Amino acid sequence: MESATIKTAVAPADAALTAAGARDTKFHTRKVCVYYGEKQALFDVDLDIFSNEVTALIGPSGCGKSTYLRSLNRMNDTIDICRVTGDIILDDIDVYSREIDVVHLRARVGMVFQKPNPFPKSIYENVCYGPRIHGIASGKADLDQIVEESLIKAGLWNEVKDRLDAPGTGLSGGQQQRLCIARAIAVHPEVILMDEPCSALDPIATAKIEELIDELRENYTIVIVTHSMQQAARVSQRTAFFHLGYLVEVGETEQIFTNPVDQRTQDYITGRFG
Amino acid sequence: MTDITMNDSSEMNAPPTAHKGATAAEAVRRSLKRRYAAEARFRAYGIAAVIFAMLALTTLFATIISSGMSAFRATVIELEVDLDASVIDPDGTRNPQTLATANYRALVFNSLRGMFPDVTSRNDRRDLTAMLSRGASFQVQKLVVDDPSLIGSKIKITVPVSSDVDLYEKGVIKKGTDSADRRVNDKQMAWFDDLKAKGIVSTRFNTTFFTAADSREPELAGIWGAVTGSFFTMLVTLLLSFPIGVAAAVYLEEFAPKNRITQVIEVNINNLAAVPSIVFGLLGLAVFINFFGLPRSAPLVGGMVLALMTLPTIIIAGRAALKAVPPSIREAALGLGASPVQVVSHHLLPLAMPGMLTGTIIGMAQALGETAPLLMIGMVAFIVDIPGGVTDPATVLPVQVYLWADSPERAFVARTSAAIMVLLGFLVFMNALAVVLRKRFERRW
Repeated sequence: MESATIKTAVAPADAALTAAGARDTKFHTRKVCVYYGEKQALFDVDLDIFSNEVTALIGPSGCGKSTYLRSLNRMNDTIDICRVTGDIILDDIDVYSREIDVVHLRARVGMVFQKPNPFPKSIYENVCYGPRIHGIASGKADLDQIVEESLIKAGLWNEVKDRLDAPGTGLSGGQQQRLCIARAIAVHPEVILMDEPCSALDPIATAKIEELIDELRENYTIVIVTHSMQQAARVSQRTAFFHLGYLVEVGETEQIFTNPVDQRTQDYITGRFG
Repeated sequence: MTDITMNDSSEMNAPPTAHKGATAAEAVRRSLKRRYAAEARFRAYGIAAVIFAMLALTTLFATIISSGMSAFRATVIELEVDLDASVIDPDGTRNPQTLATANYRALVFNSLRGMFPDVTSRNDRRDLTAMLSRGASFQVQKLVVDDPSLIGSKIKITVPVSSDVDLYEKGVIKKGTDSADRRVNDKQMAWFDDLKAKGIVSTRFNTTFFTAADSREPELAGIWGAVTGSFFTMLVTLLLSFPIGVAAAVYLEEFAPKNRITQVIEVNINNLAAVPSIVFGLLGLAVFINFFGLPRSAPLVGGMVLALMTLPTIIIAGRAALKAVPPSIREAALGLGASPVQVVSHHLLPLAMPGMLTGTIIGMAQALGETAPLLMIGMVAFIVDIPGGVTDPATVLPVQVYLWADSPERAFVARTSAAIMVLLGFLVFMNALAVVLRKRFERRW
């Protein structure tokens, strides 16, 4: 924190929170650096993510917010040249330690992607895929129940309950994204990572997803990357601003948008760059 | 800067003013003509190319079909054969060995000679009986062996004529030409016309061609042996190359680290696709036959050699099919906690399968038409038995075409073309199947 204070303004917000002491930390990340080959994409990110809250990651394109998000459930592993250093602690286990099973990690930390990506299978198959491969459900009745619950939680049940056998790819964009959310929560994860979940959707579908995110907060910890500052302001409790691979500032959403500490945050949220 | 003259060809610098704008529009109008002319020329080249290709194809098919069609018809004679017991079974023992080796040729020849009592000289009698196919006596032999009770009776059988007489009937060998140039002499022509006048000569569909294996006598030769040989060879090729090819494609595309070694492997697979097929034949000869001691001329070895040749095609097509699966599907499955093997088996393989199958069918079609490597491993042998398994000596369709094309008998010309038609039929069918599969399983994301 000694040198970090120069670059990031984490200190005041974190101090306030520690004082409040009410919140549980879900993810505890310290000095996270990510490299793509020779190029460093993230520099010493120290960030805590609290349980049952929505944390928004904002910043201009290429600032590393998606990279940070994807290192939380090790989706970066799929990129050969990607290297992650630093500590990413989920509850009390190090995500990048040798002991952790990445399959198990991703069952605990689900993900929703920028572009809705349902499998080219039926709606039912889409939702039950996760529980099935993890062996969560015991029998068909159990599976049916998980599918129904997940679709209800994702606010899609009423729209699709009569056509669960229809292909998931036949739904509208907004419905597809909610299907992807239903698919993610069917595995009963603890954390849901969302990488610009609304960027491919129209405003009405976006509103529905945002509503859904707010409801999901009760049971899940959510980290959302977004380009829309309004969206960050609407759905999140905490906001982290990334710039050029550095975490510039993190704090209560209200504080970030009304009274940012750092000049760059001020410039970004007022639209002077980005 | 804004000044533009009529002969300034770059209309891109059109000035924004109204007056000069008219000039620019004029320049654009004039250049349009040139552009449209270029477009029309380009279309014409394209159409000419297509017409040329179609013409070449039509000529090919027309030649093959016109020269091959006659092989599907066969000329036959109805003979009344006296199954004389004193010739077949003089001792009356009905011993199968005796029945099998009796002189049926004499019986058939006697039947024909009976119709021409005035033919007496030795040479003429030989010419007369030469009009019948050698298969006639085998036909009688088979009848008698199957049912010895026929002995002593007179039976009517339909026997093929010799291939030369068949050609005379089909008009390939004509009367009035120099008799030294033809294998049917004037006397034979007269006898045949005589038989025709008696109404015992007829032309029927040549079933022998589709049921028999190769033979020295064109009228008795068929492609069924080669078709079965091709089937067994393709079976071995498919069973070997498909699983190995798919496994290699999946590993290289999804699991292999991208380093120098995999790069070398990748380059070599592409090189393998360009290796001349006869080299694979030599490899098969040296390794499979000489080193491992596998049987010569067998579909097993042929299939293994062709599998080596087909592998690169399947691997390359398989990798392309896997690459075409959008990365979002991989991410979705990985994000749900699917293990890499689950991602492959649940999502990638089902989605890539149509592409893989298309590649496989195209590779198999290539293998079906392959000749050179099979020559090296002895599948070019003259084989009269229809193979019953992958280790029996066999030949394949394209090699059969090669063998017949090389035969001196004139009747093999038509049979060569007919065999080509059958081979092309299989190839067209396989390619059509590939197209149907591709269309059927085409997905949009």
